[in-house]
Amino acid sequence: MIVDLPSSTTSAVNRKLVELRESGGVMALGRVLTLVMVTDDGGDAEDAIEAANAASREHPCRVIVVARGARKAAPRLDAQIRVGGDAGASEVIVLRGYGPLASEEAGAGMVVPLLLPDAPVVAWWPGEAPAVPSDDPIGRLAQRRITDALSSRNPNKAFEQRRAGHVAGDTDLTWTRLTHWRALLATALDNPPHEAVTGAVVAGETVSPSTDLLAGWLAVRLDVKVKRSPAIDNGGGMSSVQLTRRSGAIELFRPDGRTATLRQPGQPDRMIPLNRRGVPDCLAEELRRLDPDEIYAEALAGIGRISRGRTPVNLVP
Amino acid sequence: MTAGRTTAGPGALDWTNPLRDPRDKRLPRIAGPCGLVIFGVTGDLSRKKLMPAIYDLANRGLLPPGFALVGFARRDWGSEDFGKVVYEAVRAHARTPFRQDVWDKLAEGFRFVQGTFDDDDAFDRLSHTVRDLDRVRGTGGNHAFYLSIPPAAFPVVCKQLARSGLSAQDGEQWRRVVIEKPFGHDLKSAIELNEIVNEVFPEDSVFRIDHYLGKETVQNVLALRFANQLYEPIWNSHYVDHVQITMAEDIGLGGRAGYYDGIGAARDVIQNHLLQLLAFTAMEEPVSFSSDELRAEKIKVLNATRLVSPLTETTARGQYTGGWQGGELVRGLTEEEGYDPDSRTETFAAITVEVDNRRWAGVPFYLRTGKRLGRRVTEIAVIFKRAPHLPFDATMTEELGQNALVVRVQPDEGVTMRFGSKVPGSQMEVRDVTMDFGYGTAFTEASPEAYERLILDVLLGEPSLFPVNQEVERSWEILDPVIDAWTAADDGPDPYAAGSWGPESSNRMMARTGRTWRRP
Repeated sequence: MIVDLPSSTTSAVNRKLVELRESGGVMALGRVLTLVMVTDDGGDAEDAIEAANAASREHPCRVIVVARGARKAAPRLDAQIRVGGDAGASEVIVLRGYGPLASEEAGAGMVVPLLLPDAPVVAWWPGEAPAVPSDDPIGRLAQRRITDALSSRNPNKAFEQRRAGHVAGDTDLTWTRLTHWRALLATALDNPPHEAVTGAVVAGETVSPSTDLLAGWLAVRLDVKVKRSPAIDNGGGMSSVQLTRRSGAIELFRPDGRTATLRQPGQPDRMIPLNRRGVPDCLAEELRRLDPDEIYAEALAGIGRISRGRTPVNLVP
Repeated sequence: MTAGRTTAGPGALDWTNPLRDPRDKRLPRIAGPCGLVIFGVTGDLSRKKLMPAIYDLANRGLLPPGFALVGFARRDWGSEDFGKVVYEAVRAHARTPFRQDVWDKLAEGFRFVQGTFDDDDAFDRLSHTVRDLDRVRGTGGNHAFYLSIPPAAFPVVCKQLARSGLSAQDGEQWRRVVIEKPFGHDLKSAIELNEIVNEVFPEDSVFRIDHYLGKETVQNVLALRFANQLYEPIWNSHYVDHVQITMAEDIGLGGRAGYYDGIGAARDVIQNHLLQLLAFTAMEEPVSFSSDELRAEKIKVLNATRLVSPLTETTARGQYTGGWQGGELVRGLTEEEGYDPDSRTETFAAITVEVDNRRWAGVPFYLRTGKRLGRRVTEIAVIFKRAPHLPFDATMTEELGQNALVVRVQPDEGVTMRFGSKVPGSQMEVRDVTMDFGYGTAFTEASPEAYERLILDVLLGEPSLFPVNQEVERSWEILDPVIDAWTAADDGPDPYAAGSWGPESSNRMMARTGRTWRRP
């Protein structure tokens, strides 16, 4: 069900929410968090709402979408409430502010009365994010601030800002996209022979913050020289990792962006599907943990320790 | 229960993986290189639970690259036929969406070995297949054997596994065996069974599946009790009046005569599931969530558990009769195909136990289970004592019952709290209301199936959720006197109508102490 409240106020929205609950019992009370999404008004907002609805199947939440409209306009707030089938397992409140109401400060002011009592607040910028998310008025309301450097117009620049402005509670989906890679590498080291890793090479697209981040993570965790190289002909994003050990190297490579191969000395090649992860999947993972991610912070810091290689890594086995 | 992560084999103990960090909570536990061999792969359990669980694990990225699944059965199948059967099972029963690329990679590791359990040649072929998988798929000599077969076949299969060298573990490679209930039918047979299995597999390689323990809600009992300040102070005989643990099914027993006739509800459910649920509910706080500490507490509480006498009054048994149940005409047990028309097998069983320790002295635990009951439900209900003094007129609290905390194990997993609340209006009137936490509304879709969790734990070598033989044997020790008393009695089980909540004798058993069963 979609209820439109044109030219409205947040107290009218709150009244309507209570009314909907009382009349139809449409909203359960088991919401575990409030997810505040900040976007520009437009088509991207719908994609992001869909991703949030998908994630809400795992984490029932109240989604507040702050869709900033035209700044050169008369002040107006158009609100919309979506519940039931139109909102996954969540309830979605879209706030379209125009004129002065499209500013960051005013956006935060509209969000505050709609936050669920006591429940954690997560802010998410699906597209462009503020330079320092923790300084943003909405970012300040949240325990957890999720950004996505890759969906920005200039991913490298956005990622640089993330590194420079990081505080505990920030995460970026470039990190989330690496979880499967990291898990496979960690599992490979779980098994014998238990030898120290003496060096590592990480390759991926030239513009791939995730690849940089994985190299940074390895540099910190392994305390060895890590080289970040470009890859030719890869399927996008990360493409390979090589960990050098005395008995031979562990290699994990994904030439086509879909299937990875794990190669270890004295063992047959093992293949495993390793797709690039979609935003809903990443968001669901992000919402699973609401405490600061120290490992991510360390990996960001580790990027300063990696060396850049120029020679592309050839992925043909 | 993730503390104390273990990796396979000796020598792993002093190795710390630099890529792991307890603070890194995103990293899932993926099993190391390994394979799974299923005996009785054509059975219902295998198709409805095991195969879908394996696919779901693969889909969630929790199986190792190069994972292998070997089926062993009498059917004259090739590996492709086997693949087709798994495919159909996965399409019909998997929890997660079907993804072709995941399936393709998984299916490359399927093998099928045709043979019977007494066929030496078949086991030699199986041994060969397993070695071949180590070479081709890189399963690294790590294999789990899932015995989804009747216990009568355990001795011969165990012997075959030993003879063909399949059970031999060397160095850092592991071999594990997974067995399903029933773990015997009384103490004596349970000990025999354990001896047979332990002759071939050391106890730490034996994983006994009680699928209830893989359920999120059962593990949540521990979280509820030991992570909160709210409940533990009242979780004792000062505040708790009694505890009811119920596992009810609305289906009958048609088609299960071969297994069920002569076994009955008490052996089938109380001995394992209900006593395990009792252990989780009543145990003391473990020192840590490592499997050793957890088991130590479970065994302690089971050792303190005693039947309440006289058994004729504190136990009840019943057998469902035919009739209309929920719009369907159903047959009574003795009319079901394959059952002895004079069968005295009970389809409903209820017992009363007490836990003799300081925390629980004097608090009865009522356990009941049955088939063809009102609806399918499993729950643990902790019923509290009434407030010692009510500063209200009697008329104000007429409708106030006892406070209760109910852990709904299945379906509709969650926790309900029942307490009194003022009825709106100008008069003071207090009535029972419920407060509800639903897993489905707070963490929708995230809950994996019990078998996913348990199979993964087997492959990881994480034994917390599997009862050890000491628990199994102790549970039989508790239950055996009831079975003996029932066998010795002249009368058989009391009849009860299909779709009801059991025989009248079970209500009398509660009424004896002025209590009543909760309608779940």
